Amino acid sequence: MRALRSPFLAPLVLALAAVAVYALADSNFVLRVASLVFIFGLAAIGLNILVGDAGQVSLGHAGFLGIGAYAVAVLPPQTGLHPLLAGIVGVGVAGVLALAVGRPVLRLKGHALAVATLGLGILIFMALTNEAWLTGGPDGMRVERLTLFGERIRGATNWYVITAVALVIGALIAASLKASPTGRALRALHDSEIAALTAGVDVARYKTIAFVISAVYAASAGVLLALFEGFVTPDVAGFLTSIELVTMVVLGGMGSIVGAVVGAAIITALPQVLTVFQEYEHMMLGLVMMAAMIGLRRGIVPSLLLLLTLPGRRGRDKR
Amino acid sequence: MSAPDALSVDNVSISFGGVKAVDHVSLSAEQGAVTAIIGPNGAGKTTLFNILSGLYQPTAGTVRLFGEDVTGMRPDRLAALGLSRTFQNLQVFFQMSAAENVMVGNHLRESHNPWRHLLPLPSMIARERAAKAAALTELKHVGLADVADEAADSLPYGSLKRLEIARALAAGPRVLLLDEPAAGCNRVETESLSELIRRLAQEGLTVVLVEHDMAMVMSLSDRVLVLDRGSVIADGPPKAVRDDPAVRAAYLGADA
Repeated sequence: MRALRSPFLAPLVLALAAVAVYALADSNFVLRVASLVFIFGLAAIGLNILVGDAGQVSLGHAGFLGIGAYAVAVLPPQTGLHPLLAGIVGVGVAGVLALAVGRPVLRLKGHALAVATLGLGILIFMALTNEAWLTGGPDGMRVERLTLFGERIRGATNWYVITAVALVIGALIAASLKASPTGRALRALHDSEIAALTAGVDVARYKTIAFVISAVYAASAGVLLALFEGFVTPDVAGFLTSIELVTMVVLGGMGSIVGAVVGAAIITALPQVLTVFQEYEHMMLGLVMMAAMIGLRRGIVPSLLLLLTLPGRRGRDKR
Repeated sequence: MSAPDALSVDNVSISFGGVKAVDHVSLSAEQGAVTAIIGPNGAGKTTLFNILSGLYQPTAGTVRLFGEDVTGMRPDRLAALGLSRTFQNLQVFFQMSAAENVMVGNHLRESHNPWRHLLPLPSMIARERAAKAAALTELKHVGLADVADEAADSLPYGSLKRLEIARALAAGPRVLLLDEPAAGCNRVETESLSELIRRLAQEGLTVVLVEHDMAMVMSLSDRVLVLDRGSVIADGPPKAVRDDPAVRAAYLGADA
């Protein structure tokens, strides 16, 4: 498993996968679904730093996705800001909000933390829904097309490249953090807060760092999502989206960067594949998720890696 | 007495729901001295350690580290001032390798600026490599170099006790609190542990340990403090404490 610690491996695997999918894709539809997978994969990679590495749950992260998405929807028409600058503002707002909320909220543990973050997500969702004069209310609003160097960015291929590059950069940063003293401190406080504290880790500060980083990832994904779809509704910040993000992390594998993207692929793309089951589509998705968790309880990627590298250890696998 | 004691505890008390778990306990440890705290189960030894390391706030009294009042200071701040500890009930990072456990102990000497960790620059990778090498050296000191890359949850209890010591030492402490370091160790391991503690003390490290292994306590300690039901019932050189009738009655038994 040691080779897997290299901070370049996960981004490399994802880059190669993106190239392979592009080569194999036979339609724009496939590219568009893959772009969505990359966008949600980016958010899941960020959430995995909080949930998988630091061991702190958040059931409200779609709120940060919503802040990023609505920043690029609202700011350009209201202020004339370029969508990219609007996106940077949105990501910044999400980061500052996470910084402000992080310390008091992350003092909570377990179920209390889950409910508090759920509340945060609902607050953002309600704000986006109720401020209809600005956000279009529950019906959502149109997002101005992104223009770069005087050119409108459109077409499945362009968006595929943009989202794939964003995903790989996100994976590189996450992998670097993971291989750094910061990542080690997060994993330490996950295992034992008391031991981390007495080893000199400022536990409250590091939990907040993980919260802010994951919020920045979610908001960045929200920016891409809004620009890609050309339309936003408050559902992007809704409870269901938050649950989907956590499901991506747990299903793909807690703490695994590639796993987060695999989880995003299953939640985002599998429903498209399962349309062959017609009205049983959601039932099949539920069955796939249950079977994956029961059979591969560390999450898909870590469990498969364990099976491949340590075939004899499977029976001793405690978690 | 020009230099202040490395650790000095003055009339510290703590109560839990009306029960005085630690009752007006005082102790002082000179730099480089080995102080043992003994006493029957429930005497308040671990509670005292939790106060000293900042996990509990004492209801009264003061704790000084090299003369500085550190009463009620947060554990991570205390660690930065040079106080490290191990735990009676293991507090190991079970999802990490042995080497990574020790590298967490090195946390205080690393950059705390996450901005510098966002990209895997060669400088960061080089620092990580150096941290790993330093961790291997600490593991060697406690005889665990050969399991450096093993997952902590695959190591036996005695190894985990020593892993905690290596982690505590990696912080480069000036005062080390060891909570039952010899528990789960066999004779040979206990002897090499005593040897390690003796050497560290000679190098100037102040050691305070809670221990049930009387042979180890008697041979290793410069000073022994006996706690019973939260109070100090004896305090002095090992020999004097062993012959103290109150101690024999309370703890060691008549034939000890």
